[in-house]
Amino acid sequence: MKKSIFLLAIFGLFPLAMQWADQLFYVSFATRVMIYAIAATSLNLVLGYGGMISFGHAAFVGTGAYVGSILVAEGVTSALIGWPAAIAVSALAAGIIGAISLRTRGVYFIMITLAFAQMMFYLVNSMKAYGGDEGLTLRQRPSLIVDLGDEVTFYYVVLSILALTIFLLYRLMKSRFGRVVIAIRENEARAEAIGFPVFRYKLACFVIAGAAAGLAGALLASHGKYVNPNVLHWVQSGTLMIMVILGGVGHLWGGALGAAMLLGLEHLISDYPIGWLAQLAPNYQQHANLGVGLVMLALVLFAPQGIAGLLERRKHAAA
Amino acid sequence: MLRLESVSKRFGGVAATDRVSLEVAAGEVHALIGPNGAGKTTLVGLISGALRADSGNVRFMDSDISSLPQHDRVRSGLARSYQITSIFRKLSVLDNLALAVQARSGSSFSFWRPLEKETGLFEAASSILGEIGLQEKKNHLAATLAHGEQRALEVGLALATQPKLVLLDEPMAGMGPEESRHMIELIERIRAGVTVLLVEHDMDAVFRLADRISVMVDGRVIATDSPEKIRLNPEVRRAYLGDEVPA
Repeated sequence: MKKSIFLLAIFGLFPLAMQWADQLFYVSFATRVMIYAIAATSLNLVLGYGGMISFGHAAFVGTGAYVGSILVAEGVTSALIGWPAAIAVSALAAGIIGAISLRTRGVYFIMITLAFAQMMFYLVNSMKAYGGDEGLTLRQRPSLIVDLGDEVTFYYVVLSILALTIFLLYRLMKSRFGRVVIAIRENEARAEAIGFPVFRYKLACFVIAGAAAGLAGALLASHGKYVNPNVLHWVQSGTLMIMVILGGVGHLWGGALGAAMLLGLEHLISDYPIGWLAQLAPNYQQHANLGVGLVMLALVLFAPQGIAGLLERRKHAAA
Repeated sequence: MLRLESVSKRFGGVAATDRVSLEVAAGEVHALIGPNGAGKTTLVGLISGALRADSGNVRFMDSDISSLPQHDRVRSGLARSYQITSIFRKLSVLDNLALAVQARSGSSFSFWRPLEKETGLFEAASSILGEIGLQEKKNHLAATLAHGEQRALEVGLALATQPKLVLLDEPMAGMGPEESRHMIELIERIRAGVTVLLVEHDMDAVFRLADRISVMVDGRVIATDSPEKIRLNPEVRRAYLGDEVPA
């Protein structure tokens, strides 16, 4: 608890420090990281806690992003309507996709979630009225009680939502429902055999995660004032998965740590040239993924529980 | 209490159970014996609802449960244990049992209230813990238990759902004599409160515990009778028992 307050204080003071140092870019960058942290945290609920390897989570992020953006484009500029609508439609999409995909297991589940996400990717590509493959640019961010156009204000709004998301996940996993989700991950057949309607719990878990991902999508589109079909592309689903694996599968902070790590690393590699490496390979910065890949490899080999697992291990070693 | 009416199940071309009819009376320990591959575990699957019969009916407490999914059958008081241990290995022993209690106590679509506060669940789990003799291991991870202890937890999970009829699929599988004795004592203790359908290869246990015995061979029940009569039944001797029968 103490640590959470400490963390909140750091994140709370961060934009003020950046404002003082005249580095507003980093406020916007941190906002983006936090939005991805929400999305990755929602995937962690399904993948890490629920053991359902969904390779189509971008479908829900994308649904939220498009619902939020289309509403703004159609003149419904209030985030109080837009964001809840994004949550609701994404939850509905997760309900439909989940009801079908959760009847399969293992590789089939991976493939069917991927297939659904790709179908939606092509669907938004063909929505000519809303930009088609070129995407949809918004004139402004949606409005809330506060001025979301201001980077620092937007940062605080996203920070609050991220904190709330992690707190809700924490409470969820301590509840009856959370215990059942873990039981299903550990031994699905036995969970059914002691009397849990397994399918319903998995579906509920999938829908909750889809709803949270939808909110992340709406935030993402609001933040960039732009959305395009790539937000639903399978690479995006893969990126979220990598974040969860980097951060820690089934760890409370896994999604957030992974998002920070991945986006931070990408930013470091592409914006801070290393002299000798640039001389050796002049274009290396355009291939940030190579560096990310190497880090990923090292983590999977040496810290299969991700960064959160590493931190926890150090804590145990110290105690 | 339980009545199977001509229940059949085929896997590909093989009839795993072939028009099996069987009755288990309330309060009895009913043993189901037969050689490997006779279809005993398939029958347990059909009764518990993990498998659906191709034809025939399963009736439990005067209602037809043939089309009920497994979790609804558990709710109506019909639980099973597994021949191959199937527990929640990464949870503690107490948490394993609390989970099974939770499954039978109201809805678990509760997203906010911490589980820790539900002391009732853990009290009920503790009493099962005593029954299966694992009090001292309650905070151990299930995966770290010895084989015999895991088998006891396996049966405990079924008991924690407060069944009226419990299907025990070879509870003594892989046990040494000492562990088997504990299991027999456990079944002796629970039989007062719950009807038992016991699938078992350990003939000492079967003849000690069973009120009635059904013999299954090649997917069919060839006889159901008291232990004395089963022991003398020529057809049963020929098909299965052979020299194993204690005289």
